[in-house]
Amino acid sequence: MSNVITDKDGVKRYLITLHVNGDEHTILVKGNTTLTNALRDQLDLTGTKRGCELGDCGSCTVLFDGRPINSCMKLAVEAEGHDIVTIEGVAANGELDAIQQSMINHAAVQCGYCTPGMVLSAKALLTRNPHPTEPEVREAIAGNLCRCTGYVHIVEAVLAASRGDLIPDDAKHTMAGGAK
Amino acid sequence: MSKNYNVIGQSKPKIDGPEKVTGGAKYTGDLKFPNMLHGKILTSPHAHARIISIDTSEAEKLPGVKAVITHKDVPTLKYGLSPARWDENIFCSEKTRFVGDKVAAVACLDEETCYKALKLIKVEYEVLPAVLDFLTAMDEGQPQVHEEYAKNINTEIHQEFGDCAKAFAEAYHVRTDTFIGQRTYQCPIEPHSAISMWDGGKLTIYSSTQSPHYFQHYIAREFGMDIGDVRVLKTFVGGGFGGKLEPTGLEFAGVVLAKLTSRPVRMFYDRAEMFAHNRGRHAQQMEITTGVDKDGKILVAHANFKMDGGAYTSLGIASAYYAGALLPMTYEFDNFKFDMFRVYTNLPACGAQRGHGAPQPKYAFESHLDNVAKDLGIDPMDIRIRNARRADTVTPNDFKINSCHMKECLERARIISGWDEKKKNKVPGRGIGVSTGSFVTGAGYPIYRTDMPHASAFIRVNEDGTAATLYTGSVDIGQGSDTVMCQMAAEAMGYRYEQMKIVASDTETTPLDFGAYASRQTYMSGTAVKLAGEEVKKQILDMASFMLSVPPEDLDCEDGIIFSKSREDKSVSFQEVARKHFVLRGPLLGKGVYTPPKLGGTFKGAAVGTSPAYSFGAQIGEVQIDAETGEISVLGIWDVHDCGKVINPRLLHGQVHGALFMGMGESVWEEVLFDDKGKIINPELANYKMLTAMDMPPIESEVIDSYEPTGPWGAKEVGEGSTNPTLGMFSNAIFDAMGVRVNSLPLTYEKVWRALKEKREREEAGEGA
Repeated sequence: MSNVITDKDGVKRYLITLHVNGDEHTILVKGNTTLTNALRDQLDLTGTKRGCELGDCGSCTVLFDGRPINSCMKLAVEAEGHDIVTIEGVAANGELDAIQQSMINHAAVQCGYCTPGMVLSAKALLTRNPHPTEPEVREAIAGNLCRCTGYVHIVEAVLAASRGDLIPDDAKHTMAGGAK
Repeated sequence: MSKNYNVIGQSKPKIDGPEKVTGGAKYTGDLKFPNMLHGKILTSPHAHARIISIDTSEAEKLPGVKAVITHKDVPTLKYGLSPARWDENIFCSEKTRFVGDKVAAVACLDEETCYKALKLIKVEYEVLPAVLDFLTAMDEGQPQVHEEYAKNINTEIHQEFGDCAKAFAEAYHVRTDTFIGQRTYQCPIEPHSAISMWDGGKLTIYSSTQSPHYFQHYIAREFGMDIGDVRVLKTFVGGGFGGKLEPTGLEFAGVVLAKLTSRPVRMFYDRAEMFAHNRGRHAQQMEITTGVDKDGKILVAHANFKMDGGAYTSLGIASAYYAGALLPMTYEFDNFKFDMFRVYTNLPACGAQRGHGAPQPKYAFESHLDNVAKDLGIDPMDIRIRNARRADTVTPNDFKINSCHMKECLERARIISGWDEKKKNKVPGRGIGVSTGSFVTGAGYPIYRTDMPHASAFIRVNEDGTAATLYTGSVDIGQGSDTVMCQMAAEAMGYRYEQMKIVASDTETTPLDFGAYASRQTYMSGTAVKLAGEEVKKQILDMASFMLSVPPEDLDCEDGIIFSKSREDKSVSFQEVARKHFVLRGPLLGKGVYTPPKLGGTFKGAAVGTSPAYSFGAQIGEVQIDAETGEISVLGIWDVHDCGKVINPRLLHGQVHGALFMGMGESVWEEVLFDDKGKIINPELANYKMLTAMDMPPIESEVIDSYEPTGPWGAKEVGEGSTNPTLGMFSNAIFDAMGVRVNSLPLTYEKVWRALKEKREREEAGEGA
């Protein structure tokens, strides 16, 4: 269990160690600090977005021992001892994940605010179910709200990533050079 | 039209894609500055209340609180977006006018302290009777929302074109229907935020805005500053849809808090505060009367509307005019009458939401048109094709239409949806509906009066020619304008998209552009970008002519290669020529500017709805209704659009998908609901019922081969026009399925169930008699 320090006003602070994207961070948080805020404010991992802080929008999705969760619904103190992956941990050494590349190629990204959460929910899906059906993709990202795309290109992109065919047919002639 | 282009017309990957998929993209709320404070605004818990006193002393004593401000600490100049009705103050001084009206603000060391400090501000209110129903807001004896606007009338419009009385008298069939549209909210996923900071007399604001220019203008005006001393820049913006078009308390209060504390102050709205700030779609009552001949040709239409403006004007005057102005777009008729009252109520202010003013009137008109078709025994598709607007026509309210493929859109949608087959072989509980839409390609006139050009841009080619940077004031809020602008710049220069960089939406480094609203950027900003690119190309060909000893007329440049049109052996790379240009002639720069031509008529309100070009589109949707529950399953949607030359097909279809998604939500699910005290009861995305990936049906989006003669490479609008047909399309599909009409939005399962129940009861009563 974490070390507890009580400050001059009687408020408890917890010294916790978070395992995020393979790194170990020891930080001091309050009991009411959400995992979202600990990641954003203390670790500067701002790819985890604040959209509603109610568990509705999924913009704050992170992988928690491989499962996608709303990090605004999780206290930082509860995250100790768990393996956390944020969007910053998906592209290993600058190499984009297939889902990320597919999202770019399919124009599945508009404003981009839901994108980190969308990528992580899709990543969790493809990890446990490498060849999902379209309804399975829709169900997996149903906790991630997008106001821009109508989800059309996002679903296409995830299905394409699962097939390993990352370039949409209508763009094959224009993307051959730059993108994979 | 069949000319091949190297860069435009292709689905180039978005220029900001890699940043957005890796979490690298920084939105305003992600930024931190040294010594930065956090700010929050205290709002009114009452819809209408007199402020007796405000005591901030307890809040000021709380450790970590650095400043507390009220109306005494800020300019009293009223502001708004429509110059004809500046009616909003930074903070209320005498009374509050809606639940969420701004009363005070704090700046603190951290966010948690802000919330604690807000609770310690003691405001004594005398609660006043409130105006919550816009339909009775003008009645005698109603409370006054603003003392200076009698009977709560914010905007009153009476327009008539042609001779309506004569046309109604001559009509074969006249019908009136009344519909109600609900209040909806834009709901961008990124909440509003702003960071304000001062450096001596210079103010810098980072904001999640659709228009740094308008923010700069209105903030300079409010604080009596020179425009040049106010810098507004956006970072990445997480969607706007009209909701981020005007400065909010976050900018105004943040500016004052930053000044008082001499520290950067970051302010944000949480989700409930966004709903309270609102500026979403107006609720409105729409009475439509048309007169038609026996073939269903529309001779005359009268739109008699009333809209709920909420407590302030925002951009609502324009919304009120747009509601009527865009009605005669997709169908041709000569006689048109439009009456409108936009009234004040003690609810959050309404403004411009995707499709500004047009989607609900379109819902009313398209539903009404199907009723008329049924009266006459005409197929809904046929009545539309019969009335469809043609190219090179003028609307009764003086809008000049250039390109227009309304009829082709309908005919194509008819084919791809299987309309005729589905109409012939009706499946019980299943229905198919059609609707049309049209939208401006940028407003013909700016929001405030100015003779400034609407868009400008410049391009700087890097000294060694390996890159070129486009500087534009156009604003990418997700729609992909940065990408499209770079494609257009590269095409015009004869350069490669992959080597383009962009600096956008910063009033200090980029030239003036009015920003992302009214679907204006691809056309207006794009025209400026094209001219800038052509200026670069002219100089590069001139330099190459000198280097290759070939006359410039014989040279062209494509995809980064300059070549002689007559001699195959003469070519040189753009890069090499650009480098030589810098060495011999200095920086290689190109600039472009766009001002629309003078547009529209001379009647009152003639400016609203003017545009250099208009998009057109048709939508068909098929639904299945469960008679037991009223549940609506959407089986498919087909959209066919006339949006001129397509610059980036994937981004274009993404706009159609998104617009349809918003329209679909508004059709059946979304509504901002209030309790009997004027407080929003569903200010959360889940209870507002924003649709998820599981709710979306298959969507087919197609474009008609089209060329707008005035647009850059023939391009025109797409982003908002696709929202306009959707509501009416759903209404008509449900009507086709059930044989009864639901006359108010949203067309919820409950309303459908009730309509079916009443129909059954009528039929049973009829049989009994």
